[in-house]
Amino acid sequence: MAQETQAVELDPSRTDLYRNLFRQMLLVRRFEEKAAEAYALGHIGGFCHLYIGQEAVAVGSLAVLREGDTIMASYREHAHALTRGMSARVVMAELYGKTTGTSKGKGGSMHLFDSSLGFLGGHAIVGAQIPLATGAAFAFKYKGSDQVSVCYFGEAAVNNGAFHEALNMAAIWKLPVIYICENNRYGMGTALERASAIYDIAQRACSYEMLSEVVDGMDVIAVMEATERAVARARGGSGPTLIEARTYRFMGHSMSDPIHGHYRSQEEVEEHKKRDPIPTFSERLKRQELLTQEEFDAMDAEIMAEVEDAMQFAEASSAPDSEELFTDVYAD
Amino acid sequence: MPTITYRDALNQALREEMQRDPDVFLMGEEVGVYQGAYKISRDLLDEFTERRVVDTPITELGFAGVGIGAAMAGLRPIVEFMTFNFALLALDQIVNSAAKMLYMSGGQIPVPIVFRGPGGPALQLGAQHSQALEAWFAHIPGLKVVAPATPADAKGLLKSSIRDNNPVVFIEGEMLYNMKGEVPEGEHLVPLGEADVKRVGADATIICHSKTVAPSLKAAEQLQSEHNIDCEVLDLRTIRPLDTEAIVASVSKTNRCVIVEEGWLFCGVGAQVVDEIQRGAFDYLDAPVLRVTGADVPMPYSKQLERLAKPTPDKIVNAVRQVAYVD
Repeated sequence: MAQETQAVELDPSRTDLYRNLFRQMLLVRRFEEKAAEAYALGHIGGFCHLYIGQEAVAVGSLAVLREGDTIMASYREHAHALTRGMSARVVMAELYGKTTGTSKGKGGSMHLFDSSLGFLGGHAIVGAQIPLATGAAFAFKYKGSDQVSVCYFGEAAVNNGAFHEALNMAAIWKLPVIYICENNRYGMGTALERASAIYDIAQRACSYEMLSEVVDGMDVIAVMEATERAVARARGGSGPTLIEARTYRFMGHSMSDPIHGHYRSQEEVEEHKKRDPIPTFSERLKRQELLTQEEFDAMDAEIMAEVEDAMQFAEASSAPDSEELFTDVYAD
Repeated sequence: MPTITYRDALNQALREEMQRDPDVFLMGEEVGVYQGAYKISRDLLDEFTERRVVDTPITELGFAGVGIGAAMAGLRPIVEFMTFNFALLALDQIVNSAAKMLYMSGGQIPVPIVFRGPGGPALQLGAQHSQALEAWFAHIPGLKVVAPATPADAKGLLKSSIRDNNPVVFIEGEMLYNMKGEVPEGEHLVPLGEADVKRVGADATIICHSKTVAPSLKAAEQLQSEHNIDCEVLDLRTIRPLDTEAIVASVSKTNRCVIVEEGWLFCGVGAQVVDEIQRGAFDYLDAPVLRVTGADVPMPYSKQLERLAKPTPDKIVNAVRQVAYVD
């Protein structure tokens, strides 16, 4: 599958778009490498789940959304937040628990929000965001708008009731929602085939007579195009789609978990790294002369400076005042 | 003022609020075509169409989450649970999503939603359909918990709950739906967080809510006529936020207190009320506070056992006699 889509010729008239997609993937990668560094130094606490290896899924799919559309994701959502337009500064500051963060330091890595961008959260109970995103789609249909709701979740979430209940309702009511399953093969340390009776997650859509598509989650263009088709259907009133993006997590489940061990071998991880969406795409761009090595180097240097600045911003920001403890519990 | 049932008072509140605000809609099991399992939503489908009166599959977790997501996207949902026993399936969404979204988002995402439906023990429905779960929800910061005892309060509190910008758990008394009372027509709002003195008295305070208000009033009459004890009956109406001021004021006046609830003793609503009293009215107490609660068992089916498990006027009379040192 990977070989097939990655071999497709890119359209030179869309070079700006491709470079932008590439830049976003690289930003997410460099940001999370920096976050890992900060975590190791003790600047970031709690759980911190990295998306390294999966960048093509968030970046490719978010490229087709408009202002007004909403996004809900799991707790592994730094990539979605950055790609939707939150600055590296405010996301890093939130990871640091600082008052300049997206949630004033009250959310943390797993709970990034920006209502002005329609970014309605990272959610930390597996599968809980699936009914929530379905509800946002319900609101769009209720209001008669052409907004769409996009929902990201890991493959382990499809075995819980929230997934089934929500997809069933989305199908009954033909809601404008796009479910993007980020199939990275492992629910923490449990392989997909050990947890799910059906290996092909896209097949789950059959239970709801819902359209579905399997896409190479290591190919940013393939993800973008699949999402484009799903979004067009949703905006046009044809209802929901389940997209299964097959990807792979290069890091451990969270920063405190091993990259490999009892549940997967080092060889397996190395094998998957050959499909790394970032070098794969840069090679593709270079092969067609849509990006030069010099341009790549300049872009990377700029991004490195951006994430370094984000880290310094987070470090320099102040912790929330003690009065903040009791604010935002109830709305007026 | 017209006399109507608690059921019709709730129906009025729903209709008026749906007429007032086009973002308000009702969803739940059997709320539309069937007209509501307990007929609270009678005739609403006809008036508001299936766009705003939405029948759901039997998926409490799912439709609670759909409601919360719709609230996050700008609507004001009313989610009906056929009974609050089934709301336990939706606890993750109520507790982890609705109650915490505003805080986790640093104040960006309010969740204006009402979760409503009948609660409290009914008649011979057995253990899984007969329980009072107010305390479960009241434990959670971010939620408001309301439990009206009269038709007028049912209407006024439901209207206020629908207009509130927070998630409100609105627990109706399953056994109160046929209760009749005077209910103001049109704009009648009862603010959340205010208890109500249902009977003024001087010798002891009976603190209660929802279905225990009527037996408390009955007990108060009996105590007056048979024992010359003049009881004040304080209806909490809202469990969270709790009207601590009203509790302390009443107990400081009467110096004696009995707390009544249908829920279980351990970590019940009354446990919190006792805590407020010992801090706010310590110097005024002339006797330890007593509690009359549901028996600490799953609700039995047998009529004889069930009667023993519930708070009754007799049990309330006995408790008041004890705090008044009559016995």
